[in-house]
Parts: sequence; C-alpha cells; structure tokens
Amino acid sequence: MSAVLEVTGIKKNFGGISAVDGVSFDVREGEILGLIGPNGCGKSTLFNCILGQLTPSGGEVKLDGKLVTGLRPAELNKLGVSRTFQLLQVFPKLSVRENLILAGQEHQGNMASRLVGRSDAGLTDAANQMIGFFKLDHLADEPAGGLSYGQQKLLDAAMAFMGGPRLVLLDEPAGGVNPSMLADLKDRLVAINREKNATFVVIEHNMEFVMSLCSRVMVMAEGKVLAMGRPDEVRKNPAVIEAYLGH
Amino acid sequence: MRGFAKPLKIALGLAVIAALIIVPMNFNRYGLFILSQWAVMSIAAMGLNLTLGYAGQVSLAQGAFVGIGAYAAAIMTTHGWPLPAAILVAIALSFAIGWVLGYPALRVQHHYLAFVTLAFSTLAFLVFRNESWLTGGIYGISNIPRPHILGIATNKPLPFYYVCLGSLAIVSLAVWWLIRSPWGRAFMALRENPLRAQSLGIDTRRYTLMAFAIGSALGGVAGALYAPLTQYIDPVPFNLSLSLDLLMMVIVGGAGFYFGPFLGAMIAVLLPEWLRFTEGYYLMLYAVAVMLLLIWSPTGILGILDRYLAERRTKAASALRAVAKSRLETAQ
Repeated sequence: MSAVLEVTGIKKNFGGISAVDGVSFDVREGEILGLIGPNGCGKSTLFNCILGQLTPSGGEVKLDGKLVTGLRPAELNKLGVSRTFQLLQVFPKLSVRENLILAGQEHQGNMASRLVGRSDAGLTDAANQMIGFFKLDHLADEPAGGLSYGQQKLLDAAMAFMGGPRLVLLDEPAGGVNPSMLADLKDRLVAINREKNATFVVIEHNMEFVMSLCSRVMVMAEGKVLAMGRPDEVRKNPAVIEAYLGH
Repeated sequence: MRGFAKPLKIALGLAVIAALIIVPMNFNRYGLFILSQWAVMSIAAMGLNLTLGYAGQVSLAQGAFVGIGAYAAAIMTTHGWPLPAAILVAIALSFAIGWVLGYPALRVQHHYLAFVTLAFSTLAFLVFRNESWLTGGIYGISNIPRPHILGIATNKPLPFYYVCLGSLAIVSLAVWWLIRSPWGRAFMALRENPLRAQSLGIDTRRYTLMAFAIGSALGGVAGALYAPLTQYIDPVPFNLSLSLDLLMMVIVGGAGFYFGPFLGAMIAVLLPEWLRFTEGYYLMLYAVAVMLLLIWSPTGILGILDRYLAERRTKAASALRAVAKSRLETAQ
C-alpha cells in the first residue's frame, strides 16, 4: 500500500512552548488511522499544520509524494484533502442542502462558470444522495442552525465528503454524539471508506469508537509520537497505558 | 420570501412594478425627483447589502463610491461623452478601487475594518474637494447633461425617472442572479464561517475582494445616475454622512435580505418627506422611528417578516409531527 500522506518532522512552537515536536508518520491508501492522546498533546495542532491552517515551524507534508507544506486550506481542499472540526462548523443560516452544495461547489468548473452557470452548480442530486446517506432527509430544507448537536455533527461529516476527497481528517467526530447516532456515524464512515476508497485520519477520545473503526492507531503525548500500530498492539503498549489509557 | 404561494408572489411583484411605472405619471417635478432618488439610492444600498449583508464585510465607504461614480459621470458627460459610456467607466473605476479597498478586509474585520473604510471615505471626500483641476473643488460641476436614450431626450423629470427605474431593474436582476449563484452562496459562507469555508475549497481571499469590488461598482452605478439626476454636483453630498445613510438603509431594510435595500432606501428617502407635515419635528420623529424599529427588530423590517414566517413554519412542522405521532400510537 502506498502512502497518501507523509508527514516528516513536523514542529509547531507557540512562543516557548512546542505544541508539536517533530512528528513523523504516514497514512496508507484506504486506511483509517486513529490519532489518540491526552488533551493538549498536540493532535489538533498537528491537524492544523497538515491542513495549512497553521504554518508549521519545521518539517514537511507530502500528499501523494508531492510537497504541500504551507499551501492554503482552500488549495489543499482542491487537491482532495478535507476535514471536519472539533467544534461545530456548519453554516447555520443556510439549509442542510445548501450547506452540502456549498461544500461541493468549488470543485465544479471555475470562477466564471460558477457565476453564469447553474445556481446549484449541478450538485442538487449529489447533495440529496449525501442527505439520504446520512439519513437527514426530513431536515434537508431546514436551516442547519436549527439541527440538534448530533445532527450537525453528521452534517459536518457529510460536508467533508461532498468534494469527493481522497483524504479526510476528522477531529473528534464522536464528541457529544449520542450512542445510537454514533453507531450510525461509524457505519457511514466505514461505508464511505470502502465504497469511495477514501482514506481517513480520526482524532477521537472515545476508545471503543477508535479501536473498532481504525486499522492502525497513533498515540501522541506531549507533542511527540508515543506509539503506532494495530489497535490491539497499542492497547497493550506499557508506555501508552502509562501516558493515557491507564488512568 | 418562503411561505407565500408562488403565483401570489409573482402577482404582487408585477403589481408593484406596474405601480412604479404608472402612478408617478402625474407626479410633480419634486415628487419625481424624490422617487428617482429612491431608485438611485436603492442601487447603492444593494451594493452595500452585497458587501455587508451577504458577505459580512463592514464598509463605511459606499458613499465615497457613489461620489466616484458621480464625478466620473459628471466629468465625462460635460466633455461630450454619452452617459452609458460614463456608466461603464464609473463601474470599472469603482470596481478597481473597491477591489483594492478589499485588501484590508483580508487582515482586519468588523469595527477595525469599519475604521479603515471610514478613512478611505474621508480621503475620497478630500480628493473631491481639493483636486479642483479635476473636480471643480467646492464649486463642483454644473450643467451636467441628461442623456438621449434611443433618440428620446430625458431632460424632463418623468423620462429621467424611467432611466433611473430601468437601471434599478437591470441592477436588481443582476444582483438576484448573483446571490442565487454559487458566488452568492460563497459570499454567505464568508459571512457565516470563513474558517469552515476555507476548508471546503472556497478561496476566501478572492471572494472577499470580489464582494468589495462588486458592491463598490454598484455604488459607482448609483453615482453615475445621481450626477445627471441633480445636474449639479459638489463634494458635500458624498461625505461620510452618505455612507452612514446607506449603512442605515441596509440595516433598517434588513441586511442580507434581497428586498432590504429597496425598503431601507424608501424609509431613508421617502419617510422624511412624508413626515414634512409635522414641520420642525420631522427629523426628530424620523430618528425616533428608526431607533424604535431597530430596538424592536435588530434585523430590520424584513427580519420581522422572516421571524413571522419561521414561526409559522415551525408551528406547521410541529402540527405535522403531532399528527404523525398520534398515527404511530394508533398503529401500535
């Protein structure tokens, strides 16, 4: 399996604090990689460095072997890298369907065709499919701001998939989602992973969710990689138990 | 407006358009001037509504762009150029300057951005007043001609009112097209959540600059019509208070609502006239009316309607849910 994403020696300092301290790993085509670690260990900062939301203080990010360090988030998204956010990030006044069309429109045509072309950029069908896939049918025309927290999480995830991404970074998709909806979400993620051959990196604190979803798990502590391996290996690793799981 | 039946909406729209064409036919000169001014200010407010209401970028410089358009048109038409050519130049000029003014918005937002645009507004006013070789300084430019459209002279108030109304119609259609296009959606994304927008491939830099440039260009169009409307311009009407007036029109009408600027301009231009019978008190009453409106509905006049329709939708939806629930219970 070839690597979709290669991260080499990524560092990020905030003043004197190094939030991410030389992290290297790769993400293989089609896998679901879990990223766990105690709060404040640098997981989200690592995501933001990879995605161009923060400029890393050092290190390299390669996508399909091409150097993409320092590209802006919008440019990376066009190259097929998508994300969800830890805190809710939907467009509250737009309807669920409009949110999804918006999430896909910049992947259609160019600036000119988006001005003179169809109002939905030809995405209504794709949006409706995504709505059906995430079981949001009855909410399609509701403003996204009126949805429950869990439903907005589902919408947030659905939006990340509208551009047909190769790689999706999910930041705590399970946080605050009730158990029955969580099973649904896992189900949907596995289905997209298989059907569309999309590769995922998932930050999550819900151990059961991570261990059952991911093919490999990376553990971070204090800005560094502590362990990397299959879920059962990681679970037995004494250093991981000491830093994270044991407490 | 969701919630109204479509044929009803179309009928209402046609009735308003017909009224705007027919009713003013027996208006006097002053009435036609006020109504033309409403059309012109609606165009400028629509531009600001695009920048502020849809794209969420605060601007206190829309009045300056009206001034830029007005001076461009005044200078060109008094030198023998036809008005349509002057309008095109006004659009190009305010588009370009608006684009440049958009750059600060890439770094600063909200009231900081308001101050940057306010400074620009002052700068533009000083150019109008001090560069007398170009603008005529405090003496302004007089004898601005009105155009011949398809061979018809528009010197008289009624034909020129139709020029303003026709321009408003064209601008309205263009803006309607723009906001329902993917661009309009991207503008709203800038307003609601720029961080998320970036991660969805939306080039927030380009769309921010475009929101400024297009909004400013509409200010330029309004100015290019204002000059032949008054046939005389000096720097005073384009000072900061015009920018503030336009901002008020957008907020009072309902920022981010398509019909907001029409209503806002109506209140700002027509309400003071209607209140004239109160003689000395009309400006005070006007100020109090605006304050009360904004306390009652911070989202403007159309915000009231929007809230009402949303409430009705929620009621209808919960009624449907109740029916569905009782059916489920009977089935069990």
